Amino acid sequence: MIMPINYILPEFEVERSDYRCIRCRVCERQCANGVHRYDADGDIMLSDEFQCVDCQRCVCLCPTHALKIRKNENELRENANWKQNTILEIYKQANTGGVLLSSMGNPEPFPVYWDKILINASQVTNPSIDPLREPMETRVFLGKKPHDIERDVNGNINTELPPQVELQIPVMFSAMSYGSISYNAHQSLATAAEALGICYNTGEGGLHEDFYQYGKNTIVQVASGRFGVYKDYLEAGAAIEIKMGQGAKPGIGGHLPGTKVGADVSKTRMIPEGSDAISPAPHHDIYSIEDLRQLVFSLKEATDYKKPVIVKVAAVHNIAAIASGIARSGADIIAIDGFRGGTGAAPTRIRDNVGIPIELALAAVDKRLRDEGIRQNVSLVVGGSVRSASDVIKAIALGADACYIATSALLALGCHLCRTCQSGKCNWGIATQDPELVKRLNPETGKERLVNLLTAWKHEIKEMMGLMGINSIEALRGNRLMLRGVGLNEKELEILGISHAGE
Amino acid sequence: MVSLDAKALNHQSLNQQIKSVDENVKLINVLGQRFIAAGAADKSLDIYGTPGNALGAYLNGAVINVYGNAQDAVGDTMNSGQINVFGNIGDAPGYAMRGGRIYVKGDAGYRAGIHMKAYKEHLPVLIIGGKAGSFLGEYQAGGIIIVLGLTDDDKDIVANFPCTGMHGGKMFLRSKCEGIHFPHQVTAASADAEDIDLIRGYVSEFCEVFGYDADEILNADFTVITPDSRNPYKQMYVAN
Repeated sequence: MIMPINYILPEFEVERSDYRCIRCRVCERQCANGVHRYDADGDIMLSDEFQCVDCQRCVCLCPTHALKIRKNENELRENANWKQNTILEIYKQANTGGVLLSSMGNPEPFPVYWDKILINASQVTNPSIDPLREPMETRVFLGKKPHDIERDVNGNINTELPPQVELQIPVMFSAMSYGSISYNAHQSLATAAEALGICYNTGEGGLHEDFYQYGKNTIVQVASGRFGVYKDYLEAGAAIEIKMGQGAKPGIGGHLPGTKVGADVSKTRMIPEGSDAISPAPHHDIYSIEDLRQLVFSLKEATDYKKPVIVKVAAVHNIAAIASGIARSGADIIAIDGFRGGTGAAPTRIRDNVGIPIELALAAVDKRLRDEGIRQNVSLVVGGSVRSASDVIKAIALGADACYIATSALLALGCHLCRTCQSGKCNWGIATQDPELVKRLNPETGKERLVNLLTAWKHEIKEMMGLMGINSIEALRGNRLMLRGVGLNEKELEILGISHAGE
Repeated sequence: MVSLDAKALNHQSLNQQIKSVDENVKLINVLGQRFIAAGAADKSLDIYGTPGNALGAYLNGAVINVYGNAQDAVGDTMNSGQINVFGNIGDAPGYAMRGGRIYVKGDAGYRAGIHMKAYKEHLPVLIIGGKAGSFLGEYQAGGIIIVLGLTDDDKDIVANFPCTGMHGGKMFLRSKCEGIHFPHQVTAASADAEDIDLIRGYVSEFCEVFGYDADEILNADFTVITPDSRNPYKQMYVAN
C-alpha cells in the first residue's frame, strides 16, 4: 500500500553551516527527537526536520555555532481567514482523528493588559525613596486577617492570627507536578524557594519523599485525583491548595499518560506504575460553595487548623462572584490563574479559547471583595503569565497579595518555550522523566538561576516601590492610583479600576 | 474506652475532644457533625447516632464503627484503617481511597468507590451489603469494590452507569447483572472460583462484623468487572 500524503510539512528548517560544522555530532547526541544524524559515506550531518520542535538545544550546544533553526518559510497561499496554522490543524485532525494537544500558555495575540498599564512615579510634591539606602519591606503574609484589632485589658494587641504563609517577596512558584516536570526541576524549585524564603507548589502529583525537608517552603496541592494525598503530605506543607481549576484548561481535568508514570512518579503519586493518572474535571464531591466548604474544613480538621487553605481557580466569566463564594467558604487564600497560564498538556482549543485575562479577573475580584467587605477574609494570589517584576508591581497595585510564576521559572531553568512538553522528550531536562534527559538539568545550577532571577526581581520591585514613594509592599496593594492605562477603552479602564494616562 | 457526648457540639469542638484523649472513644448523640476523626491514626471510635459528611476523611489507621447511618464522603482519600457502617451510607463513600476497608451493611448512594486507587501494599476494599446507586466505581483506578445485594427489595444491585472511566482494580457484583449496562472499556464476566477466592477473606471479615454466613453469601452468582486497559485515553490526542 502506498502511504497517503499527510499534507504536513516540517514546521522548522535546520540551517547548518557546512563550513563551520566539525562533525562532532553533539547535536545528534543532544536531540531526543532524533533530528540529527551523521552519514559516514558522505561525511555529512543530515537532518530529519519533521522531528524538530525548535527547542534550541542543538543550537546552544553546537561548539562552532554552525546551527540555526528557522521557521519553515514555505507558505500556503495567504488567506486572512484560513491562516496557515488553522489549515495545518485541520490536516492533523483529518490525519489522526485526535484532539489537538498543546503545551505551555496561550500563544495567540490576545491583549496583554500588563503591557497597557503604566506605573506612576514621585516628582516634586512627594519624595521618592532610595532603596539602596533605606529599608524597604517586600515581605507579605498570606492568610485570613482579622476584621478588627482586638486588645486585652492592658491594651496589648491580641496577636492570635489565623495561620499565615510568610513570603520574603510576593512571588511564589506555582503548581507543577512531579510527573509533568522532572525530579531535578522539582529539586531546583524546592531549594530555590527555601533560599529565597518563598514557597513552591507540588502540583497535584504528590510530594517526593526527598523533598519533605523543604516543607515550610512547600504548598501541597489536593486535586480531584487526590494523588499522593495523605496525612503526612497534608502536614508537610506551609499551606494546602485545593485545585479547582487551571488557567490553561479551565473546566477540564488533567491526564498524565501511563508512559510518564515510572517507578518514582508512581511512588510519589501513590498509584501503580504505568497506569494513567486521571484527574477528572470536577471534584465529584463539590457541586456548590457549601461542598467546597466541606473540603476546606475536612483539610483543616485533618491538620488541626494549622495550615492556611488555598483554593485555586481559573479566571473565567463571573470570576468575581465565584471568588466571593470562595471567600465565604472558609478558604484563607484564593489563587486565580489567568488564561495565559502554562500547562504540561492541554487541548489546544481549550487553551486558546477558554478563560479570561488575569489582569481583568484580578481587578474584578479585588473590587468585589472590597465592596462586600470581605477582602480581609482572604489573600489573593494571581498567576497566568506574570513575566517580570513590573508585572508583579502592577498585579499588587491591582489588588493582589502575591503572584504565582511558573513559565518564568521554567525559562530560568533553561526552557526555550518550544511548547512540546506533552511529548515527554524535553531536551532541557525539565518536562521529562527520561533519566538521560533529566540529568541535563543540574539542580544546583537550577537553584542558583532561580535565586538569581528572583533576587533581580526583588531589586526591581524595591526600585519601583521607591520611585512611587512606597517603602512597604503592603502599602501598594490595591493602590490603583499608581496605575494608568494606555490605549484602553472606557470599559477596560472601568473593570481595571484605573484612569487613562494623562488623567 | 472514653464516652463523649456529642450533643450540641460543633464539629471543631467535637474533634478537639476526640483528639485530646489517647484511648478509644465512644461517641453518643452524634447528630450530623462533619469530619469526625479526619486523619485519625491510632484509635477506635464507636459512633452512636448519625455522623455528618466526610467521616474519617484521610483516615490513617483508625477503626470506626457507626451504629446507624452515615452520610456523604465517608473515608474520603482514606489511607488505611477500617470503617464499618451498620446502616446505609450516603454518596461518594471511599472517594479516592488508597487503602483500608469500608464495610457497609445497607445501601450506598451515588458514586461509591469513585476514583479508588491501589498502591504497593495498599489495597482498598469497599463492601456494600445492600445495593449501590449510580456511577458505582467511576474512574476506579485500583482496589476492590464488592456489592452483595443482601437487602430485600426489587432494586437492581447497582443503578445506572457503573464503572464509567474505570481503568484499574476489580468490581464484584453478587448478581448475574442481566440488564445492567457497562461501558465499552470494561469486561464483565461471571466470576470463577479463583475470582471468588480473591474476595473470600474480605467477605468473611464483612460477615464477621455484621453477623452473616460467608459461605452462604459466596455461594451465589457473582459478576466480576475489570477494565480492558490502564491507558484508556491513549489514542485520543494528536500533538499540535
